[in-house]
Amino acid sequence: MSKPSSLQTPRARVKHLGSTRSGTQTLWTIRLTSFALLSRADLASARALLGAPLPAIILILFVLASVWHMAEGMRSVIQDYIRSQHLRELVLMANLCFASGVGLVCAYALLRLSFVQ
Amino acid sequence: MAEVPSSPLPIEQRRPLSPHVQIYRWSGTMAVSILHRATGVALYLGTVLLVAYLLAASGGGVAFAQVSRFFGSIVGQIILFGYTFALMLHLFGGLRHAVWETGKGFEAGTRDALAWGSLIGAVVCTALAWAVAYLL
Repeated sequence: MSKPSSLQTPRARVKHLGSTRSGTQTLWTIRLTSFALLSRADLASARALLGAPLPAIILILFVLASVWHMAEGMRSVIQDYIRSQHLRELVLMANLCFASGVGLVCAYALLRLSFVQ
Repeated sequence: MAEVPSSPLPIEQRRPLSPHVQIYRWSGTMAVSILHRATGVALYLGTVLLVAYLLAASGGGVAFAQVSRFFGSIVGQIILFGYTFALMLHLFGGLRHAVWETGKGFEAGTRDALAWGSLIGAVVCTALAWAVAYLL
């Protein structure tokens, strides 16, 4: 066997696949947002509590950290399991739509609880 | 399953391929790792519960009564219990990864202790959360 000059497979080298140098960024994003989730608030059932300033702010933070975390996490799942490039890109778009949709609707509901009686 | 890509190289020059999951003997670390991803996906889909609850709470009246009735039903309670457990498993799985990221905890004994610890921690915390929710 010829001596390999790099850890990339020949196929990966031809296709320019390899380190994108963005892996650590994603790792840190997932890590930081997961630490942010540790300080999540308890979801009390009372509207008064949800509408009070501090719980509302903490919940909005929790929701934003959650959707960011879950979008990044689902992205790595999609990239691991979907081999067809076109399907993968479509599902990645769906992932972003779902996560941002969840985030926006939750933020809307929480703001409404705070500002609409 | 996807087929193995054919290679033009002779067999002795091909890169080793990782065996599929069915080949491995099951271990605690492997189970917790797979559960971490599975619970992550479940929690992802389960955010619609939070959306439904918050929308109903902000909408008030009829919507809130309907959502409360669903979450209060036996099916709703089972779903919420499962969601709590998935959340705790994922949380402790994340803590396990946080330990690994310091470069520690890879030894055989520690690895297994972390796997079992995360499982036990998740069970205990889920039980605690539900005890508090029911008793308070």
